Amino acid sequence: MRKYVLLRGFYSLVTLWLLVTIIFAMVRLTGDPVAMKGEIGADATYLERIKHDWGLDQPVYWQYTGFIGNLLKGDFGHSFEKSLPVRDIYFERLPNSLKLGFAAFVISLALGVPFGMLSALKVNTWWDNAGKMIALLGLSMPGFFVGLVLIIIFGVQLGWLPVLGKGSSAFVWSNPATWAPFWFRDWPHLAMPAFALGWYFSGAMLRITRSGMLDVLGSDYIKLVRLKGVPERMVVAKHALKNSLIPVLTFAGLNLLIMVNVAVVIEVIFNWPGVGQLLYDGLSNRDFPMVQGVVLMSGLMIVMLNFVIDVLYGYVDPRIRLSR
Amino acid sequence: MATILGRATEIGGVSRAARRSYSWVREIPLVPLLLVTVLVLVAVLAPVLAPHSHLDPVKPTPGQCQAKYGMADCPYVDNMPPFWFSQGTFATPLGTDYLGRDLLSRLMYGARISLVVALTGTLFAGAIGTLLGVLAGYMGKWWDQIIMRVTDAWLTLPSLVFAILLSSVRGPGLWNIVLILALVFWSRYSRAVRGEVLALREREFVRLAEINGVGKLKIIRRHLIPNVMNTVMVLFSLQVGVAVIIEASLSFLGVGVPPPEPSWGLMMAQERESLMQGKWWLAVFPGICITMLVLSANMLGDWLRVRLDPQLRNR
Repeated sequence: MRKYVLLRGFYSLVTLWLLVTIIFAMVRLTGDPVAMKGEIGADATYLERIKHDWGLDQPVYWQYTGFIGNLLKGDFGHSFEKSLPVRDIYFERLPNSLKLGFAAFVISLALGVPFGMLSALKVNTWWDNAGKMIALLGLSMPGFFVGLVLIIIFGVQLGWLPVLGKGSSAFVWSNPATWAPFWFRDWPHLAMPAFALGWYFSGAMLRITRSGMLDVLGSDYIKLVRLKGVPERMVVAKHALKNSLIPVLTFAGLNLLIMVNVAVVIEVIFNWPGVGQLLYDGLSNRDFPMVQGVVLMSGLMIVMLNFVIDVLYGYVDPRIRLSR
Repeated sequence: MATILGRATEIGGVSRAARRSYSWVREIPLVPLLLVTVLVLVAVLAPVLAPHSHLDPVKPTPGQCQAKYGMADCPYVDNMPPFWFSQGTFATPLGTDYLGRDLLSRLMYGARISLVVALTGTLFAGAIGTLLGVLAGYMGKWWDQIIMRVTDAWLTLPSLVFAILLSSVRGPGLWNIVLILALVFWSRYSRAVRGEVLALREREFVRLAEINGVGKLKIIRRHLIPNVMNTVMVLFSLQVGVAVIIEASLSFLGVGVPPPEPSWGLMMAQERESLMQGKWWLAVFPGICITMLVLSANMLGDWLRVRLDPQLRNR
């Protein structure tokens, strides 16, 4: 087990290093980090000064070692606009993103898993077709379109839900008294963005639940349980459900983090001050270090979560632990 | 065997094998195919079909100016509703946007942008990814290690986040989006294709070709690439939908296709203000267009996947 964990850890470090290198290289190969600044029609000396400040006038290998060195020190760059370390801004916003992510996650599970099961149990019937259609719509309707439609119906026409912002409750790292209440307040603000974000993932959830359930229902041990004369309801509830949820849950874990990161457009529409909006702020303020810093932080978090999932998998399933 | 075949020929008039080879025609999902055809036709024929210019405001009639501004002459009338509202006219069936441009014409030209960007972007991504996947799978050893490690690292970042990073150094522009889509999506192909090639490499026809002294390049060209095309086509059709959404998202965020051009995502972003005033149609129509395109691409992709992989028939 220890050997397995060490090996996975080594792979994660390699992936992280490659990812960081890819980001470094792609940014310089495909474009110019000061490209956004150049658009305003700024004079050359101004651009030169920014280039100097960001270290872009140095040789590439020197830039690269500096870049890696800073990352090793935990420095993800400084926001040009807010003159604060990107890491600090990121962690300040992270609770908001997590709140939105958790809510969307719950919605995607609540929509995807029951419909997916129903679809698998009544395969090739009207229910199944309805389930397939929902999954298809979930994957085809962009989250921001769902968000706009929700705003039109519940925000503008009916006026039931607040359209913008996250409400007054805030999560302040230095003040533990705000930690718990933050998660339980201002749910009306949360409802629409969470649904818009969860919508897309519920389609994927539905498909995974359905195919997982079909796999399990076709397996030998379910046939045996049925042969034993166990009532169908018990077969599903007691034997099939648990095993079919394994792929759903591993997928779900990663989904949660992806939701936190791809919520950019949803956060912009609902003016939700999460991590995604930092990317948008970076784009609209022409603040390249901010964009890069947030992307690097996302990459780091995802690689770390992948590592945790791998280790958990190896812990649960000896076959995986021994095969690699 | 001969009798069975003979009887089949007698009964059907055509041999069974020939009939079976055409049976897929009946299984084509008509709805998405029709939708895609209509969208492609609209995109190609946009200059002919569009009632107005997609970049310039519609010249209003004196009556419309009188109603809106109380003057007999005005350059344009903005935010006109669709024809079923009392102020709407058939001259601009879906109304006009915030600069008085015809929404229908803009939607038609928008189909062009979405299709061109998504198709070329995915095509480039597919070409790069397939090539690297075949190389990794067939050459093995260091090729495999390096290409697959890079692919894995590449796959770590969510595609939208990666696309935003690249667009921040590239700036807005249609071909920039194509480049970004190609750079973001190739890794999905190389992963799938490599797995396929690993299995193909052990098959007898490849082995025999190797024994016969056929060169590696020729094996890749003649034996491997044609055999992975099924996988690539399925991935391609499923990726087109994702690419359309990414393009719309980038345009929505203001780093996609630049403003005067009518990208569907950009149109939705520009009309957020009027949406709050209850003018829902301006943002909803582009959204419906995006959904229709992505939906039909996904449905065709699903059909193709089932069609090319019999194991998935009942999935």
